[in-house]
Amino acid sequence: MSFFLWVVLGLAVLFAVAAGLRAVARTTLTGSARTLANDMPLTAAFGILVILIYAFVAIATPVLAPFPEREIVGTQFEAWSAEHPLGTDRIGRDMLSRLIYGARNTVGIAFATTALAFIVGSVLGIWAALTGGWVDQILSRFVDALMAIPALIFSLLLLTIFGTSITALILVIASVDATRVYRLARAVAQGIVVMDYVEAAQLRGERSWYLIRREILPNAMAPLVAEFGLRFCFVFLAISSLSFLGLGIKPPTADWGSMVRDNATLITFGDVTPLLPAGCIALLTVAVNFVVDWQLYRASGLKE
Amino acid sequence: MILTRIAIGIGLLFIVSVVIFGATELLPGDLATQLLGQSATPETVAALREQLGLNDPAAMRYWNWLTGALSGDFGVSLANNRPISELISARLGNTLFLALYAAALAVPISLILGVLAALWRNTVFDRVANAGALSAISFPEFFVAYILILWLAQTGLFPSMVRINPTTTFVDRIYMSFLPALTLTLVVTAHMMRMTRAAIINLMASPYIEMARLKGMSPLRIVLRHALPNALAPIINVIALNLAYLITGVVVVEVVFVYPGLGQLMVDSVSNRDIAVVQAVALIFAAAYVALNLLADVLSTITNPRLMHRR
Repeated sequence: MSFFLWVVLGLAVLFAVAAGLRAVARTTLTGSARTLANDMPLTAAFGILVILIYAFVAIATPVLAPFPEREIVGTQFEAWSAEHPLGTDRIGRDMLSRLIYGARNTVGIAFATTALAFIVGSVLGIWAALTGGWVDQILSRFVDALMAIPALIFSLLLLTIFGTSITALILVIASVDATRVYRLARAVAQGIVVMDYVEAAQLRGERSWYLIRREILPNAMAPLVAEFGLRFCFVFLAISSLSFLGLGIKPPTADWGSMVRDNATLITFGDVTPLLPAGCIALLTVAVNFVVDWQLYRASGLKE
Repeated sequence: MILTRIAIGIGLLFIVSVVIFGATELLPGDLATQLLGQSATPETVAALREQLGLNDPAAMRYWNWLTGALSGDFGVSLANNRPISELISARLGNTLFLALYAAALAVPISLILGVLAALWRNTVFDRVANAGALSAISFPEFFVAYILILWLAQTGLFPSMVRINPTTTFVDRIYMSFLPALTLTLVVTAHMMRMTRAAIINLMASPYIEMARLKGMSPLRIVLRHALPNALAPIINVIALNLAYLITGVVVVEVVFVYPGLGQLMVDSVSNRDIAVVQAVALIFAAAYVALNLLADVLSTITNPRLMHRR
């Protein structure tokens, strides 16, 4: 039970640090950055702080981790000790090191997948809105049909066909999520393509690619960025779930989802260690959600 | 009105079945070469193709598969050659039971919480409920599940594994599947509660609510008599969407609790690359998903007289 007190204490410290940093930002920054810091709620500051910490851990992984990711350095399921702060896993690998490497692997793969889904989905969506006619019809009806199947079920079906490797995982999740991005990008772009400046550019004889890149994309950025955050959460959870099911990223590569499954037996003995990777996943998703919530609130103009 | 919507739903279901069937056509080579691997001799591949009926044109195979599926015959499993309908039939009941159980818990809880949060808007209760809901949405299902196991199964209150056999009584069944159902409930409630709150708060700004307030009605009566009936359509939509979400959430939760349901079967078949079983289960899940969305549309049309008598 005392462990949960530690968790609460840790979160409280994070919140306090976030509040402190926000206060510093409010006094030192100037101009628009200051206005931004001024109307930032505490939850958003917390979210940004957590995201920065994750990014730091993912970049500085080899320096931070005491042991290599795949090396067996002890006996199985050792308890927490000075040498292995979080004990060892099912075959004797250091838990803490794997947790730290997981930040790089899991978050990195989720980020790459989201980026891929985004590029494909938004370019196709904007292109469909711009071209209209039968291109739009065919693409949209196709996407509608794909979206009628629940995402997880469709991913499972595709993974059966293409086998379960990391490349297949990235491509499958990216293509499933690209359909959702397509929907949004098309809806946003439809409001923009009717603007006079787009028509002017078309009359100038600009090509589609130029129109997408220079005229439409900059004006569709705000909703797309918020969607990127949300999409990242969905992709991250989907990849973790698949890894947890043993169909995503597989050991010996350190990954939070598969680490939970690997060590799940410990939970029945009342040990919380397997919950830590799951907690890492939850904390990051909550943080991203807090920031996105704030961005959406700002974009909706409700503050007045 | 409703009939056209149902017709569209059936059309969608047909398209979904084409997509699920067509996905196998994406295989590099074909099913037979994929199953037997690189080292297979041409004779064995040809024999397997014959056995699986792969020599027929795609449209004909699709027709056979679809008519078979409609009459409850999904063919045989590629992994162990047992008829798929036999594998599915017992598990389908279990999964339905779990989903209904979770829905029975989640719908009343989230409606009550949502109405209360809207009623006491911007109070501590509202803020805590909102932050809690946002966090619960962001948690992976297996995290929630293991926390519950740690808290409730460790102390011996509830079992962490579900063993269902033909002799299990209904009461036992409810007791044994309490933790999986609670996990699903927690995951779904958050979303439903937030949407219920948003739907009611949206309506609270409308003139007739202000009128009721000026007449001196109690806030509870305003919410229950004036806001809720008009918020029914969005709320029904949210409930149906989340029940549809239950369908996929069930996959992970079943694996955590070793619950003998369709989700577990699907995950096992994906690891075995047993495409025939995966197709059958995916078709069932997708059909349930489409049907729930259809039901939501029909119900929200019925609750709104303006939609029923559209000119």
